[in-house]
Amino acid sequence: MRAKLLIGMALVAVCLGIYFLEHQSPPSAPRAAPADRALAPDFSLPDLTGRRLGLSTYRGKVVLLDFWATWCDPCREEIPHFVELQNKYRDRGFQILGVSMDDGPEPARDFYLRFKMNYPVVMGNAKIGERYGGVLGLPIAFLIGRDGRIYGKHIGATDITVFEEEIISLLQK
Amino acid sequence: MNRTFKNGGILLTLGLASFVLISAAAAFQAASIPTPRLINPDELVKILQSSEGEKPLMIQVGSHVLYSQAHIPGSEYIGPANSEIGLQQLRRRVESLPRSKFVLIYCGCCPWSHCPNVKPADDALRALGFTHVKVLYVANNFGADWVDKGYPVAKGD
Repeated sequence: MRAKLLIGMALVAVCLGIYFLEHQSPPSAPRAAPADRALAPDFSLPDLTGRRLGLSTYRGKVVLLDFWATWCDPCREEIPHFVELQNKYRDRGFQILGVSMDDGPEPARDFYLRFKMNYPVVMGNAKIGERYGGVLGLPIAFLIGRDGRIYGKHIGATDITVFEEEIISLLQK
Repeated sequence: MNRTFKNGGILLTLGLASFVLISAAAAFQAASIPTPRLINPDELVKILQSSEGEKPLMIQVGSHVLYSQAHIPGSEYIGPANSEIGLQQLRRRVESLPRSKFVLIYCGCCPWSHCPNVKPADDALRALGFTHVKVLYVANNFGADWVDKGYPVAKGD
């Protein structure tokens, strides 16, 4: 019986190993050069209700602009953390704006409701992707300061504490 | 004592079954495609630039928004292969081709281990009997592993 128990434990350990190996997040790409600090391109895009929304609506706030899609696993994993951040820092002048790169709004609408997202999402397109230097892989998030300039760019799944530190820093400026 | 071991055994079996199921679900990801079926970007570029050898039919099986921004010149957009519609379009596109045709599929939407599209596309082509299928290994995303490397790019639909 003990032998069976040990074999069982070993099998569980192997399965755990496989699971975590397959689900480990790749390292985040280095941030854009801080010296850059270009003005974030403004846009006017339809949100999930069809109402047009622009980045300039949030001028004066610290904005996390998140390019994502419902079919993107790392993007989905980040969303609940973004909901938390939005709740935590809203009153200090922080706003998240999602840009869905789905091919149509339906999946984004379903996702929005299911995950109780608490920040606006607009439907992206190739043009806005190009204006932000090419959104050729997801997720990509930009941190924009109160002055409308880009202070950070994160490609790929990024630890939420990294975002939080940068948000706090930008809110204090 | 025996009952304790028996209960422990049941719990372990349940735990094991759970992780086997989770691992099986993960096996749908690109990471489970065997290495011999993969091709690196630099290898593909050499094939495309060579004056000899068969050129592949290149199919992008990811998002149209990403394809519109940048894709491999000559490649065709089919639709995300993680959806049944995308898979149907893929099957329709290749159904009349000889099964020995060199077909290359790629996506680059996400880091390799998270790509939801290339594995279903590869499986579909294999199921149809295609014997010369390669999947472009895009480690991070199409921007970092193709565009930023200076490889040829086309834009638009």
